[in-house]
Amino acid sequence: MSDPPPIRILLAKLGFDGHDRGLKVIARTLRDAGFEVIYLGLRQTAGSVVIAAEQEDVAVIGISMHNGGHLTLGPMMVRAVADAGLEIPVVIGGIVPAEDVPTLREHGIFAVLGPGTALETVVATIHAAAATHDGMVG
Amino acid sequence: MDTDATSPAAAGPSPTATSDGTRVGTTTLGGVPVEAVYGGADLGEPGEYPYTRGAYASMYRDKLWTMRMFAGFGLVADTNRRFHELLAAGVTGLSTAFDMPTLMGRDSDHPWSVGEVGRAGVAVDTLADMDDLFAGIDLGGVTTSMTINGPAVTVMAMYIAVADRRGTPRAALGGTIQNDILKEYQAQKEYIFPPAPSVRLVTDLMRFTSAELPRWHPVSVSGYHIREAGSTAAQELGFTLANGFAYVEAAVRAGLTADEAARRMSFFFNAHADFFEEIGKYRAARRIWARWLRERWAVTDERALRLRFHAQTSGVSLTAQQPEVNIARVALQALAAVLGGTQSLHTDAYDEALALPSEHAARLALRTQQVVAYETGAARVADPLGGSAYVEWMTDELERRAEAIFSHIDELGQGSMLDGVIAGIESGYFTGEIADAAYRYERELAAGERIVVGVNEFTEASAPPPSLQTIDPRIESEQRTRLDAVRRDRSSEAVARALACVAEHAGDPTRNVMPAIIEAVHAHATVGEVTAALEAVFGGYTEAAVA
Repeated sequence: MSDPPPIRILLAKLGFDGHDRGLKVIARTLRDAGFEVIYLGLRQTAGSVVIAAEQEDVAVIGISMHNGGHLTLGPMMVRAVADAGLEIPVVIGGIVPAEDVPTLREHGIFAVLGPGTALETVVATIHAAAATHDGMVG
Repeated sequence: MDTDATSPAAAGPSPTATSDGTRVGTTTLGGVPVEAVYGGADLGEPGEYPYTRGAYASMYRDKLWTMRMFAGFGLVADTNRRFHELLAAGVTGLSTAFDMPTLMGRDSDHPWSVGEVGRAGVAVDTLADMDDLFAGIDLGGVTTSMTINGPAVTVMAMYIAVADRRGTPRAALGGTIQNDILKEYQAQKEYIFPPAPSVRLVTDLMRFTSAELPRWHPVSVSGYHIREAGSTAAQELGFTLANGFAYVEAAVRAGLTADEAARRMSFFFNAHADFFEEIGKYRAARRIWARWLRERWAVTDERALRLRFHAQTSGVSLTAQQPEVNIARVALQALAAVLGGTQSLHTDAYDEALALPSEHAARLALRTQQVVAYETGAARVADPLGGSAYVEWMTDELERRAEAIFSHIDELGQGSMLDGVIAGIESGYFTGEIADAAYRYERELAAGERIVVGVNEFTEASAPPPSLQTIDPRIESEQRTRLDAVRRDRSSEAVARALACVAEHAGDPTRNVMPAIIEAVHAHATVGEVTAALEAVFGGYTEAAVA
């Protein structure tokens, strides 16, 4: 029996925000945890993320937000995924105030990993998100 | 940052300058009189080459550091109100945070500006915005710091144009524009054009201010962002000073002397958590700068040899858990910056790990500086830790580690620090080193090898979050309305003519592009339009996405 193929996750930053320290740490953490990480990096749009997500057949989309634009860009990302006919869970990481989390969840964000989230929590959350994706397609 | 003590033009009275340095006192709380400095000849003296012990002989007895609090959010009127409040609360210099679209040289109606307008700073699109930002503030009477890099030439042009319109002489303008593009490719990622033409814009601004704004600091070589992106203290020191050497070299190639270039350059360092390592870093920075300038470029002017810096406490060291504990962290980091001899200081607000700083938290941060200045006695004596075996060793050790970095970069550039830094940017050397260090730290934290209070030890059940700063979502549409009004009321022929001139001068490396940009913003060209004109000549830049 061969090992199951690694779970593929896409990581990106939307728009102008260049704070990529956290996202790079997450990329390495997930890689060490056995994920296959598609790192799109900076200056992406919801559209470019969706195209890459479809081409790379990823199970989870992770976007990183540090400039206070999450309430606009988070829902926009979820809409773009749905408009493309995809069912891929979207996870947001970065500086997101706790009071904004319920709103983001209502807009279909799978999870918000705020400041100070332990690395093992990140790994567990991405596993949980990937499991819902498997459920959707399976 | 404010380093006006070096400038003869700044000797006159200024409503925001601290002219009462003696208020730090000459006796202890118990009445013991103390000298301005202690130590023997073998330690060296503050204010003397190589300046390890401080940029000036009497340090804070002569002039306290500038308490400069970074502010900017929403519409220009909101930030202008915060500026007036800060001046009333006792800050001695203004510092402007711009929003992401402005930092990237784009207008508020650019497609990527959605969700970003007025959020992490103030939105400035046109001359009208810059004028309203400084409404009721005498530009000749304050010093202003503007934290912007990619479109620094355009924003500087707008500040100059506002002064022109108000009849304030350009020579009276004092302050700093960050204009440090090299660290953008290495850490903060707010670049627009490729490295070589970007460095040309930096030297154009250096040449322009050297000729017309003698009180202005046209480059603030910044290690802060390199450190925040995850570097170690030694990397912050090594990369930042290498960038400083690169700018000196670029300015010399552009026709300035090394003395002229270095005289108006200043630095911006992080004030991080490891107390003695930080103090050693500042002391080593002054010594390295003076030695390299003297030995490599034969600089003799004291004003060029003495490194002056602004410090800011570390944003990434602040925790979302038990956020009030951040007040203690900020106080200790501020004390390290003062013991390391900073000329200017921003203290972070305790709620910054949760959101943009609230007014209450920003005021507490300023009060923290005032406690360090007036209550602790730390400002009474220059370099009070000089001569400590540990601090002297740490200073030497960080210098050694920085020298190893310089050797590598010099090799990459085959004897040119400028070429070496650009080669290191293009090969991913800097971003790779920084990402490695950031990951190493997170792993150590996860393994419990490092302790952060409230994060992996001494944790508590989550408390109700403090009241946070929020940004009204209507700001974006209001700013677009302001922008539309400017576009409607201006002469589009005049704008087109001025922008064509910007492009023409950008395409001619023998010209300085600053006068054409000043003309363009006078004609109400927007930040985004000037960027587009330059981009048509220089092209854009995309970094290789490597994690």
